[in-house]
Amino acid sequence: MTERVAISVVVNGQKVERDVEPRRLLVDFLRDDLGLVGTHIGCEHGVCGTCTVLRNGESIRSCITLAVQVDGRELLTVEGLARDGKLHPIQEAFWEKQGLQCGYCTPGMLLRAKELLEENPNPTREQVREGIASQLCRCTGYQFIIDAIMEAAEQMHEQGPDLVAAAKLAASQEQGPDLVAAAKLAATQEES
Amino acid sequence: MKPAPFTYHAPASMGEALSTLAQLGDQGRVLAGGQSLLPLMNFRLAQPVHLVDIRRLDELDYIRSDDGWLAIGARVCQAAVERSSEVAAWCPLLVETVALVGHPPIRHQGTLCGSVAHADPAAELPAALLALGAEVLLSAEQGDRRLTIDEFIRGPYATACPTGGLLKEVRIPSQDASTGYAFVESSRRHGDFAIAGAAVLLRVEQSGIHHVAITLCGVAETPVRAANAEAVLQGAQGADGFPAAAQAAVEELAPPTDMHGSSDFRRNVARVCVQRALERALARAQGGAV
Repeated sequence: MTERVAISVVVNGQKVERDVEPRRLLVDFLRDDLGLVGTHIGCEHGVCGTCTVLRNGESIRSCITLAVQVDGRELLTVEGLARDGKLHPIQEAFWEKQGLQCGYCTPGMLLRAKELLEENPNPTREQVREGIASQLCRCTGYQFIIDAIMEAAEQMHEQGPDLVAAAKLAASQEQGPDLVAAAKLAATQEES
Repeated sequence: MKPAPFTYHAPASMGEALSTLAQLGDQGRVLAGGQSLLPLMNFRLAQPVHLVDIRRLDELDYIRSDDGWLAIGARVCQAAVERSSEVAAWCPLLVETVALVGHPPIRHQGTLCGSVAHADPAAELPAALLALGAEVLLSAEQGDRRLTIDEFIRGPYATACPTGGLLKEVRIPSQDASTGYAFVESSRRHGDFAIAGAAVLLRVEQSGIHHVAITLCGVAETPVRAANAEAVLQGAQGADGFPAAAQAAVEELAPPTDMHGSSDFRRNVARVCVQRALERALARAQGGAV
């Protein structure tokens, strides 16, 4: 009855071409047409933020966006954060700081955090609080999420992945001298 | 729930858009950012038969000064207004107001013109634009029309947009550089619809406070101008008259009662918003830090 519309989108670095019903919501396109179920549906009217994805680097609500509205755009979903099996520093920080419980709000939180830290790599706690006001969480009470984003800021601000690897190396080694060497390595990377 | 089926149009030019809208008559609805329309469609409170998407109309993506007015096109998203140095220089009230609309993800898609065309009684932007003396430019196949905000917004979600018409731009007249401004609202959480909000503009001259504009959102079926309060303040020296003015602003209002508060509560919240906005606007007019 209503004609399908051809759209072309780059999702997590991969070009995707599909014919969609005009009324197809972006969140359903991602979940059902592309099988990317990391993006969640919470309220279906743009209030809770769990459906948040990045379009050309900017956060948008995929539940109140039609798939046809992102024709020709680049999208990043939560599945696009990890690279080659390695978690993004923000994901690592959420893990370390217990920034999630049920995980339902987490995809939106992670992508919003990524956007916040790209805009402001060195935020105050207050700025992070204000920044995540767009995302609702029913489990955590937000404090650990803020801790996680502050931690991620620190990790990304320094050498990022290298420092995390050095710290993990130091943590995994139990012999005294190696631990000291690893800590010294981490310290010199901090200063550079 | 999901939207009801509709036919989708994405015209490539303004001419094509207007002729499409003319053909569709009252079955056609304009889609800009969709941040107000899509939630309604998801709940099937709106079931447009045809959507005409303006996303391909680059010609509507502008913020430019035009003959003593600042013109903001239909495609300009609220985030672009928020970060525009031209808007900050021309009418900083608009920057302060738009930062209170929803949250950044909403502002990355929602448009300034879309908020005016949607005419939600609780919306902040129509109230601020009313205070600024703004106009809308309505385009249709038969020609263009300019209306003031209060000529355009007729009731809740009801405007004077003609069938087949498109709100092409919002136009803001130039403001005196010394104008003090403020937008103050109260909502249960950041980003929620305002329970009530107030926009204030004023100038301080030797003879006292002049050129006062006070508008309110969330207290009636449309944004309202508090003309009584403005009259009270003409020529006033300093802030002594503010409490009386704030009271005058809300006296004749009959705000709605809903789950966020009673009519009396809303009236009081509006009064406090007017008071605080007057104080902040005065401080800015006097060059003080806010």
